[in-house]
Amino acid sequence: MTVHIAPTEQAEEILSGAQIVVRALVDQGVTELFGYPGGAVLPIYDALFHEPRLRHILVRHEQGATHAAEGYARSTGKVGVVVVTSGPGATNAVTGIVDALMDSIPLVVITGQVPTHLIGTDAFQECDTVGITRSCTKHNYLVKDVADLPRIMHEAFRIAASGRPGPVVIDVPKDVQFASAPYRGPAEAKPLHDYRPRTAPDPRAIAEAAHLIANARRPVFYTGGGVINSGLDACAALRELARVTGAPVTSTLMGLGAFSADDPAWLGMVGMHGAFESNNAMHDCDVMVAVGARFDDRVTGRLDAFSPGSKKIHIDIDPSSIGKVVRADVRVQADAGEALEALVKAVKRERAAPDRLKPWWEQIDLWRAKRGFAYRPSKDVIKPQYAIERLFALTRGRDVYVTTEVGQHQMWAAQYFRFTQPRRWMTSGGLGTMGYGLPAAIGVQAAHPKSLVIDIAGDASVQMTFQEMSTAIQHDLPIKVFILNNEWMGMVRQWQQLLHGERYSHSYSASLPDFVKLAEAYGAMGLRASHPDELDGLIEEMIDTPLPVVLDCRVERAENCFPMIPSGKAHNEMLLGEDVLEGAIDDAGRRLV
Amino acid sequence: MSEQTEEAPASAYDMGHAEEAEDLATFAVLVDNEPGVLHRVVGLFAARGYNIESLTVAETDRNAHTSRITIVTRGTPHVLAQIEAQLEKMVSTRHVQNVTRDPNGVERELALVKVGGVGADRIEARALADIFRARVIDTNSESFIFEISGAPGKIDKFVDLMRPIGLLEVSRTGVLSIERGEVRL
Repeated sequence: MTVHIAPTEQAEEILSGAQIVVRALVDQGVTELFGYPGGAVLPIYDALFHEPRLRHILVRHEQGATHAAEGYARSTGKVGVVVVTSGPGATNAVTGIVDALMDSIPLVVITGQVPTHLIGTDAFQECDTVGITRSCTKHNYLVKDVADLPRIMHEAFRIAASGRPGPVVIDVPKDVQFASAPYRGPAEAKPLHDYRPRTAPDPRAIAEAAHLIANARRPVFYTGGGVINSGLDACAALRELARVTGAPVTSTLMGLGAFSADDPAWLGMVGMHGAFESNNAMHDCDVMVAVGARFDDRVTGRLDAFSPGSKKIHIDIDPSSIGKVVRADVRVQADAGEALEALVKAVKRERAAPDRLKPWWEQIDLWRAKRGFAYRPSKDVIKPQYAIERLFALTRGRDVYVTTEVGQHQMWAAQYFRFTQPRRWMTSGGLGTMGYGLPAAIGVQAAHPKSLVIDIAGDASVQMTFQEMSTAIQHDLPIKVFILNNEWMGMVRQWQQLLHGERYSHSYSASLPDFVKLAEAYGAMGLRASHPDELDGLIEEMIDTPLPVVLDCRVERAENCFPMIPSGKAHNEMLLGEDVLEGAIDDAGRRLV
Repeated sequence: MSEQTEEAPASAYDMGHAEEAEDLATFAVLVDNEPGVLHRVVGLFAARGYNIESLTVAETDRNAHTSRITIVTRGTPHVLAQIEAQLEKMVSTRHVQNVTRDPNGVERELALVKVGGVGADRIEARALADIFRARVIDTNSESFIFEISGAPGKIDKFVDLMRPIGLLEVSRTGVLSIERGEVRL
């Protein structure tokens, strides 16, 4: 009998489950991760202890870890990584996981789990993590056999980052972390799932779309976060396509920065608090090109009156997004970048008449002349819009990243801070998570240590995750928290004023902390601006301070966010700031959210 | 107030497809056979408010590690298109096909039908069962258990006929489907 020994290039590497997790992270190019230790992840933390290539950022609450990883992912284009323990560690992470799902942010979240023999016994810190996260992840795994761990780890990164990105949870029982198995690298680990989302557009759909665009009289590009997710090439292709077609560009909240706000073709954001010219262009256009956007209800307003006269071309990598809300005349299931590049070529071949958009631009200029973002200035009180304008002016030309919480300040930031580059704007769009901005800023700063990272915050939102200031101090992450403090849950107050007869039910931020002292308590710098005259100096001081800074900017309390499409109204029924509000929203609109 | 409700502007969430009629549809879904995959499918239906009229699932290829799920659901054409797209989107899904009224498709369902009765009712039940090619798989002096297979409509009809005789209990598998010829899902 002859024994054939297969020639091995190198001996199989046997690692513990915990070591496999850490090694796979390194092999996936991870350099930073966000987490919080606990009983069920102690073996992984032990392996991290011996791994100098990974920088672990210890948060103060697991929600902070997921938002930080989201900020990290959105500002780099990489996958954000989170490690948390079982039970409360996993449930605390859920808000950030849902947030990432809604906004298509690639995350890999590793959760500890009680040992396999205790699963189902209501063990200490046990919860059904895969059950809880099944509907709020792109995919999730419970690892029952350590031999599966290498391929699950590598596949998780592939699933999180490819197609429509999203969060992937890997639940690793503690005994699996202790057990041993041969390690397989990304190249040799056989995938468990046949997941190959289509990225190349159908040439016939592209030709049809190009023909529509080239012959349109009133075209508009409606772009979303998908363009940014696709990458820098997609953003470059969008700019090229806008140049070639001469058509105006608007964007969702998530898509800001994919197209430069300095470009004359930029209309501003679309939607409920979008630009007047942008919403009117969406309403009156004859060809709408939606790229990586999903016709969210904050964008469309009243659906049966949404852009009634247009042909809609919908480009999305997720076929379930196409036609989900609004019927698409041309469906292009593809990666945004590949589709945009193909469209550039196809539109050039069409040789459109250059002057045909002149009347359209004249119309747009009329809308622009309405100055939808105008507000009544004040010499005595800081107007929140003015605060954002000054923040933008004083940081212009700098290497700056902006995150936000959720509410009025978020909308003002989107309206008055003009982004010229992608990956510079991180906000919670789909889920609308108050408390997103501060930990997201930590994630961004961890990825870009030398950059200026500003969380534009509200006094109510920022209190939801303020404890992460401690994380910023510990890890030398000099984030700036710019609070538009109006002592209210401003957007709730605005809706109560406009829709609920000025009955301000529980929306006043009573017992606000002294944010300056609060910052100082953590070891950060606290500043307060109470008058327009001192604002510039304090913003500059904030920027120049190499520490985390909280600038408590006391703004006009009763300011409302305009323009606004009231619920149940169409794009061309926008309210401007000076419109009489009484009676603008009817009973039926009041019942909508 | 009620008048206002009728004239209310469409909701921001109005899909604008309300006037379309609902229809039954059958989807055949080939999935990776792994823990939780059925929950994913059922959870998708529950989370998005789709109906499940019937659902069958079993492993169909041990080597390829795949299960076949057959779902009968109801919805407007727009909703049915969404259901298909959402099923397709799941990482565990290998293939989805809408096999509704596919002239090339065969649909079958199996039912166990328990009917009680004595005397003439027993004779009547047996006679009807013969017409429907239902088999008696168990009996005692006061009841039969029939096994019947066929298109769901045939089973409905059989059950309706047994009701006045003394229908006691029905257990149905839900619809299975397969395509004629050498094509595979």
